Amino acid sequence: MDAVFLAFVLMLSIFLGFELISKVPATLHTPLMSGANAISGITLVGALTSAGAGSDLVATWLGAVAVAFATVNVVGGYLVTNRMLSMFKKKEAPGRVGGGS
Amino acid sequence: MSLSIELINVFYIVAAALFIYGLKGLGSPATAVRGNLLSAIGMFIAVVVTLFSKGIVEFEWIMVAVLVGALIGAVAAQMVAMTKMPEMVALFNGSGGLASLLVGWAALYNSGNTTFTHITILLSILIGGVTFSGSLIAWGKLAEVITSRAIVFAAQRFVNALILIAIVGCGVMFGLEPSLTSPYLYGVIALSLLFGVMVVIPIGGADMPVVISLLNSYSGLAACAAGFAINNNILIVAGSLVGAAGMILTNIMCKAMNRSLANVLFSGFGAVKTASKVEGEVKPIVAEDAFLILEAASSVTFVPGYGMAVAQAQHVVRELGELLEANGTEVTYAIHPVAGRMPGHMNVLLAEANVPYDQLVEMDDINPRIANVDVAVVIGANDVVNPAARHDENSPIYGMPIINVDYARTVFVLKRSMAAGFSGVDNPLFFGDNTRMLFGDAKTSISSVIAEFKR
Repeated sequence: MDAVFLAFVLMLSIFLGFELISKVPATLHTPLMSGANAISGITLVGALTSAGAGSDLVATWLGAVAVAFATVNVVGGYLVTNRMLSMFKKKEAPGRVGGGS
Repeated sequence: MSLSIELINVFYIVAAALFIYGLKGLGSPATAVRGNLLSAIGMFIAVVVTLFSKGIVEFEWIMVAVLVGALIGAVAAQMVAMTKMPEMVALFNGSGGLASLLVGWAALYNSGNTTFTHITILLSILIGGVTFSGSLIAWGKLAEVITSRAIVFAAQRFVNALILIAIVGCGVMFGLEPSLTSPYLYGVIALSLLFGVMVVIPIGGADMPVVISLLNSYSGLAACAAGFAINNNILIVAGSLVGAAGMILTNIMCKAMNRSLANVLFSGFGAVKTASKVEGEVKPIVAEDAFLILEAASSVTFVPGYGMAVAQAQHVVRELGELLEANGTEVTYAIHPVAGRMPGHMNVLLAEANVPYDQLVEMDDINPRIANVDVAVVIGANDVVNPAARHDENSPIYGMPIINVDYARTVFVLKRSMAAGFSGVDNPLFFGDNTRMLFGDAKTSISSVIAEFKR
C-alpha cells in the first residue's frame, strides 16, 4: 500500500473522529477517554505481527513486550469503561433495579 | 490455516466499522454500554484475524504476553476506585505509548523498509516515547508521588527546544545510515523519553485534565504512526479516531479554562499573576440552620469539585439529594467541565453513588436559570465558582467561564477551615452577602445535615 493511500485513510478518519466525538455529552467524557484508550490498544495488532514473525530474536522480544503492554490497554480499557458505564442510570422507576442499557 | 491479506483487510473493515459504531454509541448514556461492547467486539475480531495471518508462525511468546497483559488489565480494571480513574487512565495511556514505541522499533527488523517507512518508524518511537514517559510523570503528579505543582526553571523552553533539535538531528543521522544498532536510534529513543518528562513537569495539578486529554490524543497518534510504519490500515483508522477524541477533549478543557493550549503547556499555573486579595467577613452557618434553609428550598443545586472526591463525600451528597427530593425539592448537580482531575470525573463519581444521570447538568444549562435556584451547595470546588473570573482582571483565572453560584438566592460553601473574621482570600464568593460557610470536613458536614433531616 502506498503512502498516499494511507494518508487518505488518515485524513478521512480524523474528520470522522471529530464528527463522532463532538457529539459525546460531557457526562460521558471519562468513559469516552478510557474507551478511546482501549481502542488505541489496536497497536496490539502490530505487536502480534512482530512477536510472531519468528525471524529475529530481538524483534520477537520487542514484539512480545509490546503485546503485553497493548493487551493491558485493550483488556483493562474495555473492562473499566464497561464498569463505569454500567453505573450511569436513569432515574429508577420505583421497585425496579436499573440495568446497564 | 492462514488467511490472505485481502481477507484480513476485509475483517479489518468490519472492525473499523464496529469502532465507529461503538464511539457513536457513547453519544448517550442509554446506548453507551452497548457501544463499548461493539467496540470491544471489533477489537476482538481485529486481533483474532491477525493471529491467522501467514506472517505469524510462532505463538509461544504471544500466548505468554497476552496472558500477562490481560491479567494485569483485568485486575486493574476491577480493583481501581473511581476516585483514582485519572491515575488509571494516565497509566493506560502510557502503556499504549510504550507499545507503539516497541512496535515501531521492531518494525526496523522488517525487510525492504524505505526511507518513508524509516521516518514513520522514528515518528512512532518519538510519539510513543513522549506518551509513555509523559504519562508516567502525569501519573506521579496525580498520585502525588511527585509534587503536583508546576516545576519550572529558567531557560526551560530553551532546553526543550535543544532536546527537540537533538531528536531531529539523531533522526536525520539515522535516516542517512539506517542500521539496527545505530547509536542514533538509541539516541532518538532516549531523547523521546526525556522529552516526555520535560513537557509534563511544568504543568500544575489543576491543569491535569488538559494533560490527560492531550496524552490520550498522543497515544492514538502513536498507534497511527505505528500503522504507517507497518503498513496497516486498521491501526491508522483506530489511532486517528483516538487522536481526534483526545484533541476534542483537550480543546474543551482549554476553552473551559479560557486558556490556549500553548498557555497551559508552557506556563506553570498561578506562576503568571497573583489575584487581588479581597477582604470581608465570612458568615459561618451550623448544620441545624443549613437544614432549615434546605428544608424550605424548592430548588437545590450541588456544585461538586475535586474536594468532594478527596473527602469521599459523593455518597452522602446523593443521600442528602434523595432526602431533599422526597421533601419535594428539585435537585440538580451542576458540573463544570474542568471540575476534578480529568474530563467528566465528577459525573462518574456521582454515577457511582447512584445519582441518576438526568440530574447531572452542564455549566451552560445551569447558568441561565441559576437566579431561580434557592440554594447552591458548593462542595470542594473553588476556581470553578470563583466570581473573580468575571471581574478581577488580575486574577489568574480571569475570563474563565464559571458556574455563577453567587447569583443563586443562597450559597452554601463547604470548606474544611478558614481563618476567622477578616482575612485575605482570592475567592470573593466566600464574602458574598448570600454566602454561608459550612466549615468542616465535607462528608461530616453533610452527614450532620442528613441527621437533622432524619430527626
